[in-house]
Amino acid sequence: MVVSMEALRVEARYAPGDILQLWKRNMLAYRRQPDLLVFSTIQPVMFVLLFAYVFGGAIQTGPVDYIDFLLPGILAQSVLFGSTQTGVGLAVDVTSGMIDRYRTLPMARSAVVAGRILADTTRNVFVVGLMLGVGFLIGFRYHGTVAGAIAMPFVAVLFGQTFCWISAAIGTSVRRAETAQVASFVWLFPLVFVSSVFVPVETMPDWLKVVAENSPVTHTVNAMRGLALGTDFWEPLLKALGWMAGIMAVFVPLAVWRYRSIQ
Amino acid sequence: MGPGANGQAPIVVVRDVHKSFGDVHALAGVSLEIERGTVLGLLGPNGAGKTTLVRVLTTLLDPDDGSATVAGYDVRRERTRVRPLIGLAGQSAAIDDTLTGRENLEMVANLYHMGRALAASRAGELLARFDLLEAADRAARTYSGGMRRRLDLAASLVADPEVLFLDEPTTGLDPQARLELWTVIRELVATGTTVLLTTQYLEEADQLADEIVVIDHGRIIAQGTAADLKARSGGEHLTVRVSDLAALEQVREVLEAEGDGPPTVDDATGTVSVAVSNGPARLAGVVRRLDEAAVAIADIGLRQPTLDEVFLSLTGHRAEGEPAGTLTGAG
Repeated sequence: MVVSMEALRVEARYAPGDILQLWKRNMLAYRRQPDLLVFSTIQPVMFVLLFAYVFGGAIQTGPVDYIDFLLPGILAQSVLFGSTQTGVGLAVDVTSGMIDRYRTLPMARSAVVAGRILADTTRNVFVVGLMLGVGFLIGFRYHGTVAGAIAMPFVAVLFGQTFCWISAAIGTSVRRAETAQVASFVWLFPLVFVSSVFVPVETMPDWLKVVAENSPVTHTVNAMRGLALGTDFWEPLLKALGWMAGIMAVFVPLAVWRYRSIQ
Repeated sequence: MGPGANGQAPIVVVRDVHKSFGDVHALAGVSLEIERGTVLGLLGPNGAGKTTLVRVLTTLLDPDDGSATVAGYDVRRERTRVRPLIGLAGQSAAIDDTLTGRENLEMVANLYHMGRALAASRAGELLARFDLLEAADRAARTYSGGMRRRLDLAASLVADPEVLFLDEPTTGLDPQARLELWTVIRELVATGTTVLLTTQYLEEADQLADEIVVIDHGRIIAQGTAADLKARSGGEHLTVRVSDLAALEQVREVLEAEGDGPPTVDDATGTVSVAVSNGPARLAGVVRRLDEAAVAIADIGLRQPTLDEVFLSLTGHRAEGEPAGTLTGAG
């Protein structure tokens, strides 16, 4: 691939508008496929209810109510699982030939992936809002500052956006949507469960605790809990942001490179 | 580049393009030119390299070696100049199923940065031209195969491209939809658009192309008008089918006498076929002689050689299915 100055000029000039076009396209697709939206909202809501009522009584979280402990964790889990849709959507575009059409248009190269992620992030905002609402209905309460209450869901959305780039790199590397889905969940499941999402990490065996304590998911969830409960959040927040920056530094270029080398 | 036959420079120039995928040489040194306002038919079997060449010319794939220009711009080094000048309608309709026909076209127009008003009017114009107005505001997933191809073709024409690439535009369509699409393509050509059309059907190339390039194993093996190619493969074929297989030998003898070469006999279908020149006169002769011999004819006719027959005569192997041992490392 030859990257010319001319190509960079096209990129700079058209990227914002083209990203918006692709965002619009993907949002329309969500509206037209209610099953997709139902799946991406029902599932997280179901998780909130199941964990709160089925496991809630059995999991010891000290002085903190389990629902207050659970909600930040389950928000992070939902945006992580939701991020797999980025890769699935891109893989569908590759197989259907849509990507070929985009690549012969005089549009910004970055717009296909970025527009997709912007749409998935928009969906995450909606899902996080809905889950907060359901959480409030079943007893979740903020205990910290107003700023913390506002920041908490933002951290979740930012975290989801970060993982969309990993998913994009996968979706542009595999040939089929089903493969993209499986290739994401294979590592997402252990990553989500070996963390502080559902349970305090203290009860895990030592070797697993080491993994869980250093997981980006744990740092992010701990920061969100700190913000929501009014406890210390700076240390986990900085570590979480560091992880996110690191993931972006690797996977944004990787996703762009994979997208460019689709043939 | 030198001036073409009509005094203008050719709008597409391909010079010794090579492209390999591992051991497979998809393009093994292809050179061709397309004159402005003409239709070039790229004819070849599956895996001949047709799609690879289209992908090189539409900036989707970098050649390993050689060069190609569209309207004077290099497809590798000046992609951003090439893209606004071309349109591509591929083998699978590249449309978004969840969007309506109108939304699909407006999105493409917006990605050409046309401006909202122009995009809307252009979309409306194309929907009308391709007979999709009635279905314009329905999701594309409800469209028939023929409608999808028409929408795809419309999308490739949004920016009024100078060169249109049609990669097997009618593959998988029923005969009716194929005829409709041919009409649409003819109308396009009449407006002066240059077209590169790939196809597996000699008839399609014959119907639409000014010049035909036959490609096999990544190499050009013949080039000329449809008439040239047919002449090189023995011209028309006269075929007789009988319902009584006992009469096959008699028919063979008659066709051997009337035809230009040895007839081929197909026991399974009860047909005998032979290459002929001056077909209509020979047809009358054959009918007369078979009638005198009291042979009952189930079917008789003249037909153009099939792609398979053209290939057989040009390459010595059949078009469908690769002969053993020549697929890998070919060319």
